[in-house]
Amino acid sequence: MGNILVFLEQADRRLRPAALSAISLSRAIHKASGGKLLFVLIGDSVGDAAKEAAQFGADGVLTVEAPALKHYLAETYAPIVARIAKEQGATTIAGCATSVGKDLLPRVAGILDAGVAPDVSGVVSAKQFRRAVNAGNALQTIEVLSDVVVVSGRQTDFPRAAASGGSSPVTAVAAGAIDAKGAEFVELQTQKRDRPDLTEARVVVSGGRGMKEGKNFAILEQLCDLLGGALGASRAACDAGMVPNDLQVGQTGKVVAPDLYIAVAISGAIQHLAGMKGSKVIVAINKDAEAPIFQVADYGLVTTWEKAIPELLAEIKKIKSAS
Amino acid sequence: MKILVTAKRIPDPTQKLKLKDNALDFSGANWQLNQFDEYSVEAALRLTEDGANTAVRHGQVTVASLGPADVATQLRSALAMGADKAIRVDAKDDELDASIVAKTLAKLVEREKPELVLMGKLAADNEGNDVGQRLAAILGWPQATFACSIQVVDGGKAVLVGREVDAGVEVKKVQLPAVVTVDLRIVSPHAVKSGRTKPEFAYAEGPRYATLKGIRAANTKPFEQLTFAQLGVTAKATTKVLKVEMPPARQAGKKVGSVAELVEKLQKEAKVI
Ligand SMILES: Cc1cc2nc3c(=O)[nH]c(=O)nc-3n(C[C@H](O)[C@H](O)[C@H](O)COP(=O)(O)OP(=O)(O)OC[C@H]3O[C@@H](n4cnc5c(N)ncnc54)[C@H](O)[C@@H]3O)c2cc1C
Repeated sequence: MGNILVFLEQADRRLRPAALSAISLSRAIHKASGGKLLFVLIGDSVGDAAKEAAQFGADGVLTVEAPALKHYLAETYAPIVARIAKEQGATTIAGCATSVGKDLLPRVAGILDAGVAPDVSGVVSAKQFRRAVNAGNALQTIEVLSDVVVVSGRQTDFPRAAASGGSSPVTAVAAGAIDAKGAEFVELQTQKRDRPDLTEARVVVSGGRGMKEGKNFAILEQLCDLLGGALGASRAACDAGMVPNDLQVGQTGKVVAPDLYIAVAISGAIQHLAGMKGSKVIVAINKDAEAPIFQVADYGLVTTWEKAIPELLAEIKKIKSAS
Repeated sequence: MKILVTAKRIPDPTQKLKLKDNALDFSGANWQLNQFDEYSVEAALRLTEDGANTAVRHGQVTVASLGPADVATQLRSALAMGADKAIRVDAKDDELDASIVAKTLAKLVEREKPELVLMGKLAADNEGNDVGQRLAAILGWPQATFACSIQVVDGGKAVLVGREVDAGVEVKKVQLPAVVTVDLRIVSPHAVKSGRTKPEFAYAEGPRYATLKGIRAANTKPFEQLTFAQLGVTAKATTKVLKVEMPPARQAGKKVGSVAELVEKLQKEAKVI
């Protein structure tokens, strides 16, 4: 096998947590395949993030900088990753299955005519990977047959890598001609939240359609804050406009795997379960004893949230003040 | 606008999966159109009509699928919704991978010359989420994946796409021709702005149902059947599924009688608070 090229996401001069998951994935592949481990960072100013990346024991960190690369675009980033992979003799191209990774890596594969192992949860060998399919109801072992392997890792299955010290050489690589192919980044509509990110929180409290109205989520937010958790939601709650769409947990939303997941007034449709079944401990609060969510819950409480959540807040406050 | 929509059949996601010889057993599967593809059919229809008068189509919506003869059922359902024409490329489900599908679609694009390829962001069975991006790469076209809104701008020369990304919604503008893959919310009431439909017009949530008239009309609409050989596709698979297993089942836990008991269990037994 040849070398491994890992695409690392960065923002605000820092590596993103997803980059650390990508490093974990690449270390697992590196163990199986050997070769050089190379990181690549792309943007308008990635020097600081590259310095950070240099502490993870890679054989080299490559940076590609240009003003036109300020905003991520698959059209401009993919040819750069593909070109560097060729120049560096990389036969594995890895990244994290974030909304950027899922957009970028298959385009890189299309350019290189390579097979993709998307959103994998485990590394079997340099060319074989395990991944969840059918809304998490089956596990597939997939082999990439082409010489070049493109692979993205599911963030919750690859814990953030720890720095191994040392300092990898950082090399600037020319961006070359940049052609956005008629694509243009316009804006990112986002809400700053004080709570931890859904995909990284140790505790997630999610509300469903049974919360009835957006303003009722305030009480779940109180619970989040008490537990240092993040707020999530079912699709039904997002679609009803109770909370923003980027809080959706599930097959089409975020995949989360916290230590504690509390599902409130969520029925437990397979598409929702696909996004939270990997949680260590699952609590379900639902007034319907037959709700499917109870089949995956470690602890189930059959009651309304109107009754349960105020009590839960009071009880947790009690133990927090006692400790 | 001329739009090519891609369609894949998937087994009904609510059916229990069965295994046979380390692979999924589809002998008892109820096939249906992948929901995300159904949403892209809906989006294509909204892009080529005035919402107040859906009887007139401005442009053309062609639906294409790779698969065995039975796929005709799913293609007909798209025609019944209002698409104008269907193409089936004959293939066995298990000989396809993302690369073969993308290369075949590229040939269809050469032939049909659409201005827009609309696809589901993923197939809800295999969850690959990669065919659209590969196709865009092969064609050298721009791409806008995970679309939750789409608006025709610049006199029909470009589309403004809202993309559901991890941090919120990214707005991306792409010149046509382009590949757009759609997410769930593309079927919400104001998600598609064709320029023809009045801005205040609200569609019903979700994909439209086929009317009786639509179902009858579907039987007379053009339905082309092609082979890889006719299209000149010689691609080999780049991936192979070696085996499929059931994940370890999660043990259903216990019901607790009160909030106090729940908190005690979380603290003393599970040790998570
Ligand atoms: C292609 C596709 C992709 C999808 N992707 C996702 C996804 O990513 N994430 C997702 O979540 N869904 C997804 N869905 C939707 C999914 O199928 C369900 O429709 C959705 O998860 C239901 O949300 P819910 O549980 O909040 O609502 P419901 O199913 O309506 O359940 C509401 C629950 O609240 C309970 N309840 C009501 N009032 C109270 C009360 N006062 N106190 C306590 N409990 C109460 C009810 O007993 C019920 O169980 C997808 C669907 C499709 C077709």
